Amino acid sequence: MTLAPAEAEVEVDEPGTDEVAEPDRPWVVIVWNDPINLMSYVAFVFQKLFGYSKEKANKLMLDVHHKGRAVVSSGTRERAEMDVFRLHEHGLWATMQHDT
Amino acid sequence: MLPRPRIVRTRNGEIRLRLPAEERELLGGLPAQLRALLRDAPDDPALLRLFPPAYIEHPENESEYRRLMGDDLRERHLSALAVLEETAGTDRLTEEQAHGWLAALNDLRLVLGTRLDVGEEPIDHEDEDEGNTDLDNPEVAALALYHYLSWLQEQMVEALASSWRPVPDG
Repeated sequence: MTLAPAEAEVEVDEPGTDEVAEPDRPWVVIVWNDPINLMSYVAFVFQKLFGYSKEKANKLMLDVHHKGRAVVSSGTRERAEMDVFRLHEHGLWATMQHDT
Repeated sequence: MLPRPRIVRTRNGEIRLRLPAEERELLGGLPAQLRALLRDAPDDPALLRLFPPAYIEHPENESEYRRLMGDDLRERHLSALAVLEETAGTDRLTEEQAHGWLAALNDLRLVLGTRLDVGEEPIDHEDEDEGNTDLDNPEVAALALYHYLSWLQEQMVEALASSWRPVPDG
């Protein structure tokens, strides 16, 4: 498992820095690399859940694989939570956090 | 020689299962095992990957997410397992059933892979090279099953990803 991306697309929030409610900041959904999910499956799930093109889904999958994680969607908290749920339903390791 | 593919999208767009009887029996029996684990040992660490955290820095948000969505997530896993269980003996799958298979195969692999502590590096086949293919050894058997399910899942991804296009008239 690789959790130390060299070129993360977003900064990880430091714990405690976003305790103050800032409703205008979008939430981002992050998929993390894991050693079990097949690469072809991960790309397929991105296509299926988000309607991404094969190219975009593959690029995101490769980002997850090589950088350790990728932002796959963003939006309101409710929207992000639903996306996280659907990713969990498909066995992907997804989390959500406030964008910075 | 590579074994014959078990899951194919035919030219008329159907998803066909070409499984030997013993593999159907194996696949039909796995859902009950995972269901029993979910029922009897919901805190088993092997199940962690089926219920990942949504919030890693906010314990309160995480417990709320778990409270609101945990049962639904469990139901989705169980429903995919039921599809695999009920259709392991058939020759054709609908698209919806095929998606159920895909999810169930993945769930089984996640649990097995967690148990086997699968890492980023290719799994060491040294034991197999030395002829240790004793399937009475639980770890050897689990590893063989893991590879078999991975092989099937690749085929299901390929079958589902290849969209059916009708032959144009004239």
